[in-house]
Amino acid sequence: MTTLQTAPRPVGEARRTAIRTGGNVARYSAVTIVSLLFLLPFYIMVKTAVSPAADIASRTFVLWPSEPDWSSFSRVLEDPTFLRSMVNSALMAVVLTGGQIVIAAMAGYAMARIPNRAAKPLFSATIVVLLIPAATTFLPNFLIVASLGWVDSLRGLIIPGLFSAFNVFLFRQFFLNFPKELEEAGRLDGLGYFGVFRRIVVPNTLAFASALTVLGFVGAWNAFLWPIVVAGGGSGAVTVQVYLSSFLTAQTFDYSGLFAAALLSLVPVLLVFLLLQRWLVRGVAETGMGGT
Amino acid sequence: MSGNSTAPRTTTTKPVERTEVAGAKVVRPGGVRGSRLAFWVFVTPFLVGLVLFTLVPIVWSSGLSFFEARGTLEASRFVGLDNYARFLTDKAFTNSLGTFVVYAIFIVPVTMAVSLGLAVLVNGLPKFQAFYRSVLFLPVACSYVVGALVWKLGLFSGLPSGVANTFLNTFGVDPIAWLNSSPYWWVVLVSVRLWLQVGFYVVLFLAGLQRIPQVLYEAAMIDGVSAGFRRFRYITWPQLRPTVAAVLLLLLVAAFQAFDEFLNLVPANPATRPPLVYLYNVALGAQRDFGLGSAGALILTALMVVVALLQTRFFGFSAAEDRNKRTRKNRSEARR
Repeated sequence: MTTLQTAPRPVGEARRTAIRTGGNVARYSAVTIVSLLFLLPFYIMVKTAVSPAADIASRTFVLWPSEPDWSSFSRVLEDPTFLRSMVNSALMAVVLTGGQIVIAAMAGYAMARIPNRAAKPLFSATIVVLLIPAATTFLPNFLIVASLGWVDSLRGLIIPGLFSAFNVFLFRQFFLNFPKELEEAGRLDGLGYFGVFRRIVVPNTLAFASALTVLGFVGAWNAFLWPIVVAGGGSGAVTVQVYLSSFLTAQTFDYSGLFAAALLSLVPVLLVFLLLQRWLVRGVAETGMGGT
Repeated sequence: MSGNSTAPRTTTTKPVERTEVAGAKVVRPGGVRGSRLAFWVFVTPFLVGLVLFTLVPIVWSSGLSFFEARGTLEASRFVGLDNYARFLTDKAFTNSLGTFVVYAIFIVPVTMAVSLGLAVLVNGLPKFQAFYRSVLFLPVACSYVVGALVWKLGLFSGLPSGVANTFLNTFGVDPIAWLNSSPYWWVVLVSVRLWLQVGFYVVLFLAGLQRIPQVLYEAAMIDGVSAGFRRFRYITWPQLRPTVAAVLLLLLVAAFQAFDEFLNLVPANPATRPPLVYLYNVALGAQRDFGLGSAGALILTALMVVVALLQTRFFGFSAAEDRNKRTRKNRSEARR
C-alpha cells in the first residue's frame, strides 16, 4: 500500500499545525479506521489462502496461521482449468477494451468532425442505443450468439461487446472540443482525413483514450453476467470470474485453493491500479460510469 | 483595340476571383475532397456492430416474444401477448420487483451517505489525500464474484469462526447463519456491494468537491460562516447537487441490474431474487423458455429506458456532463 503514497514531503510547518489541531486527529483516526475496514477483506483473502486445513476447520477465529502454507498458490497454478480461465479473461479484457476504444474513437471522430448529412441521425441513433442497458438485453444477445454458433467461445464472449455507444458518445463530446487549428495545420501540410486522424488527432487523444481504456479493462476483467451467459455451462470460454463462481456455488472444500485463486485473479487489475492509478481516477471522474 | 483588350481582361479576372472564393470554401468543412469516403470508413465498423448486435437481437427477441419457444431458437407456436401476460402476472416477477425496492431502499442511501461522507472527510485532510483515496478505491479492483467469495466464506460464514460471528461473540451474541436466515442475508448483500462500489463514488465526489471554487469558502469565511457543518450546508451541498443527482441515478440503475452477488451468494433463495436473476432463471435456467424470456427482457429493457429518459431529461448523461456547460450546449444542439 505504501507504494501508492506520493512521496510525502515533510513540510515542517504545515505538518506541525496539522498534528496540533484536534480536528485533524479526529479526521485521521476516522479515515484510518474506515481504511482498515476496507482492507479487512484483503487480509481475510491472504489469511485463508495460506491457512492449513486444521486452521480452516477451527471453531474459533484464527488471526494468522501458526504455520502459513503457501502451497495453495502452486496448487492453483498447476490447475490447467484455472490457467485457461486466466488466459481467457486476459484475452477478453485486452481485445474487448482495445477494440471498443478504436471503433468508438473512429466513429466519434467522424460524427464530431467530418461533415456529413448522416452525422446527426447517426448520433441520435447512438443516443437511443445508449439508453438500452446491456444487462437487460443479455437474452436477445444470447439468441444471436447462439444462432451464430458462438456459444461457449471467445468470439461470443468478445465480439458482441465491441460496439460501445457510450464510448462513441464520450469520444464525440471529446472531439467537439478538439482544437480545430491542429487539424487545419495538418491539412495545410497536405494530409487528408486519414492522415490528420493518424498523425494529429490520435497522438493528442492518447491521454483521454488511456483513461477510458484502463476503466474498460477493469470492467471487462471483472464482468460476470455476459461471461456466464455465453459460457452456458460449457468449458470453452470460461473466464476467471466464472471459474471462481463455479466453486462458490458448488460448495467446494478446498478453501485455501479457492482464496489463492481469487487472489491470483486480482493480480492483473491490481497491477493496473498501481501503475495506472492516475488514468483510472481520471477515467472515473470524466465518465462517471464504469464497473458493471 | 483598346476596348477589345480591356473586355477580355475583365472577363479573365472575374473567373480568377471566383475560383479564389471557391478555393476559400474548400478549406471550410463540407468541401474537403474524400470527406464522404472518410466519414463512412470511420463510422462503418461501429454501425455494422450496432445493427448486428443491438438492432437485430432486439428485433428478433420482440418477434420471438409472441411465440412459444422453449429450449430452441425456433418459434414453435404463435401465442400473441401470452408471454407478456404470463411474465407480468407471474408472482415471482412481482416479487422480484419488490426485492429490488427493498434492496434499493437500503443500498442507495447508504452508499450515497457513506461515499459522500468519506469524500468530504478525505478532502479535508491536509496531507495523504491521495493515499487514503487509493485505499478506499482499492475494492473497486475486486469483482463481485471475489467479493461474494470473501463475504460468504470469510466475513459472514455461518460458522462460529466467521469474522462477523467472532465479533458478535464478544458481545455474547450466538452465531448467526447469515445467508440462510432472514433478514440477515440483507446485511451480507448490502455490505458486499457497499464495499465494492463506495470507492468509485468517493472518487466521483472528490472530483466534484475539488471543482468547487475555493473563493466561495473564502467569501463565506469573511461572512462569518466557518463552522464545518454550515460550510457543508450552505456551500458544499448546493455546489455538489449535480453530482449528487447523477450518483443517485447511477446507484438506482446499478441496483436494478443487481445480479452477480445475488447469483453467487443466494442462488436458490426466492426471497432475494432481483429482476435480472429472475429473468436469468426463466431464460437460461432449467426451462430455457426463450419466448417468455424475450418478453421479460423487453419489459425490463423498456423499464430501464424510461428511467434513462427521465435521467437525461432531468440530469444529463452523467456527473461529468453536469459540470461541463460546453458539452451540455452541444447536447442540446444535437437534440434539436
